[in-house]
Amino acid sequence: MLTVQDVTCARGGIPVLSGINFEVAAVQALILRGPNGIGKTTLLRTLAGLQPALAGKITHPEDEAAYASHADGIKTALTVEENLKFWAEVYGNPIPESIWQAFDLADLQHRIAGTLSAGQKRRLGLARLGVVGRKVLFLDEPTVSLDGFSVRLFADWLQNTHLAAGGVAVIATHIDLGIDAPELELTPFRVASDKDGAADEAFL
Amino acid sequence: MIALLWRDLRLAMRAGGGFGLGLAFFLIVVVLVPLGVGPQTELLSRIAPGIFWIASLLAALLSLDRIFALDFDDGSLALLATSPLPLEGAALAKAIAHWITTGLPLTIVAPALGFLLALAPEAYKYLLMSLLLGTPALSMIGTFGAALTVGLRRGGLLLSLLVLPLYVPTLIYGAEAVRRGAQGLDASGALILLGVITAGCFAVLPFATAATLRINLR
Amino acid sequence: MSIWEYANPKKFMAWTAPVLPVVFGGAALCLIVGLVWGFFFTPDDYRQGSTVKIIYLHVPAAFFAINAWIMMLVASLIWVIRRHHVSALAARAAAPVGLTMTLIALFTGAIWGQPMWGTYWAWDPRLTSFLILFLFYLGYIALWEAIEDPDTAADLTSVLCMVGSIFAILSRYAVNFWNQGLHQGASLSLDKEENVSNVFWQPLVICIVGFGLLFIGLVLLRTRTEIRVRRMRALEARARRA
Repeated sequence: MLTVQDVTCARGGIPVLSGINFEVAAVQALILRGPNGIGKTTLLRTLAGLQPALAGKITHPEDEAAYASHADGIKTALTVEENLKFWAEVYGNPIPESIWQAFDLADLQHRIAGTLSAGQKRRLGLARLGVVGRKVLFLDEPTVSLDGFSVRLFADWLQNTHLAAGGVAVIATHIDLGIDAPELELTPFRVASDKDGAADEAFL
Repeated sequence: MIALLWRDLRLAMRAGGGFGLGLAFFLIVVVLVPLGVGPQTELLSRIAPGIFWIASLLAALLSLDRIFALDFDDGSLALLATSPLPLEGAALAKAIAHWITTGLPLTIVAPALGFLLALAPEAYKYLLMSLLLGTPALSMIGTFGAALTVGLRRGGLLLSLLVLPLYVPTLIYGAEAVRRGAQGLDASGALILLGVITAGCFAVLPFATAATLRINLR
Repeated sequence: MSIWEYANPKKFMAWTAPVLPVVFGGAALCLIVGLVWGFFFTPDDYRQGSTVKIIYLHVPAAFFAINAWIMMLVASLIWVIRRHHVSALAARAAAPVGLTMTLIALFTGAIWGQPMWGTYWAWDPRLTSFLILFLFYLGYIALWEAIEDPDTAADLTSVLCMVGSIFAILSRYAVNFWNQGLHQGASLSLDKEENVSNVFWQPLVICIVGFGLLFIGLVLLRTRTEIRVRRMRALEARARRA
């Protein structure tokens, strides 16, 4: 469903990861591992199409990808429901009723998002993934500021709702989500520091 | 696009002062000018068209840096960029939302303030029409400027420097239409040109704005 | 070998090094000949007296104030289409030169305007257009300065240059609409009756060529400086990574 061939991605014009190859079939997830600063976010942004890959090819079904960054994109002046409704409308879907249970938001539905705690906001941000109705998810540190219970909620949703329905996910995380997924260690793909190729190298 | 428009309008209402602030600023400029130039009715009546247009320009400028900055900071711009809504559509929705929160209220209120500057009675119609035709262009051009400076820490001042020269044609045709109307001359030429500029802005600038946003999100 | 080869930073540095003194030498020669000829060996105009001689500065400066923007537009387009770094840097390098040319045109115009129109400044369409052009240059330069990442800055300033060009032309027409002016028509054109007469014309052409060479020389020089700045950045980045 998602194929990544020989991709090189760059941060600020300087290549950070190169020669990345992987394939994720339907109903599968892939976990990206690697120390801070190795380029997990850069890779996910490249996969999501926010920045061009310096080299290589990324293929996934058109109009089926969604991206979730560190930031949740939550509007603090809107209620929880209004936040979700906005994204549902942008993606042209109704809000599935199950979402309130799946992310434990039922009690918060009419609260102003600005009054939520960091973990509750994060749950709201993740719930957005449930309303976009996309099959290919790129998730950047989805579990930051979630407690153990919420992590399990999210893992359950991912496994039983998203993946089970034929979706795929690429997840950058440092913790054990408790889902059955292969891991990809990014350290071997790091671009050697003495290698040419930075944008400014043309000037040397 | 409609969803984004509604969300932005709702945010403008809730975050306090979205509607009021630009309008209050407009009112203050219109009140301060006579204090600065003196109370002679004849002088005020002559410069009134220009004052109204300059005040609209400044009021539009006031809220420009919020068009994209908040969405950029909280990450929703990146999420929007990966959503099915094309960024061109998002740019257009943002410009329309900005116009509804600043340009439209100004247009409605300005004729009511005409008496403060002793605006010629014949000119009221032209003031209303020129603002109605011209202020959308101010919002669209401003949206483009906001996209250019969205990634910058202190973009506000730079934004004014970039956007104000782009306002020149709109200002000239807009104020000229009111001035000609006030003198009983034919103002239709100026109004048509004003409308053409606004239409051109809405035809071209959403694409430039979207391209700019993509560069800034990279 | 295609012409684009010359846009490679290293090649550019190599071929501009010997060209630069020639260009500056030519500029000096033309300006000395043109200005001395124009100032001392042309008759006074029967209406304007000796003040007319300021055209030897005013007209070439105005000419290249506009051409500098056009050059920036072309360079921006080349950057957007072909991503040649030198092209973006040349656009950046040309902006302050164009700004200075605009200022020279405005100042000499003011000095000329005082005896002729009895005022240093009038809101004449041409003068106003140049003032607006000046503001466009300021905005363009400020945007370059404000953005840290060089490629982002090149992209954004290119977009600004293109959109700005459209609005500059619109402003020109708007200003004409707004006020019909005092300014005399074109000083140099091939078909108009109102051209300046031959005596003034020859040194003026030499001055324009001189300003042109000066403009090219300054842009090349500044582009070389920009390339060196980028080279230093690259070396620093390499040192940091090593």
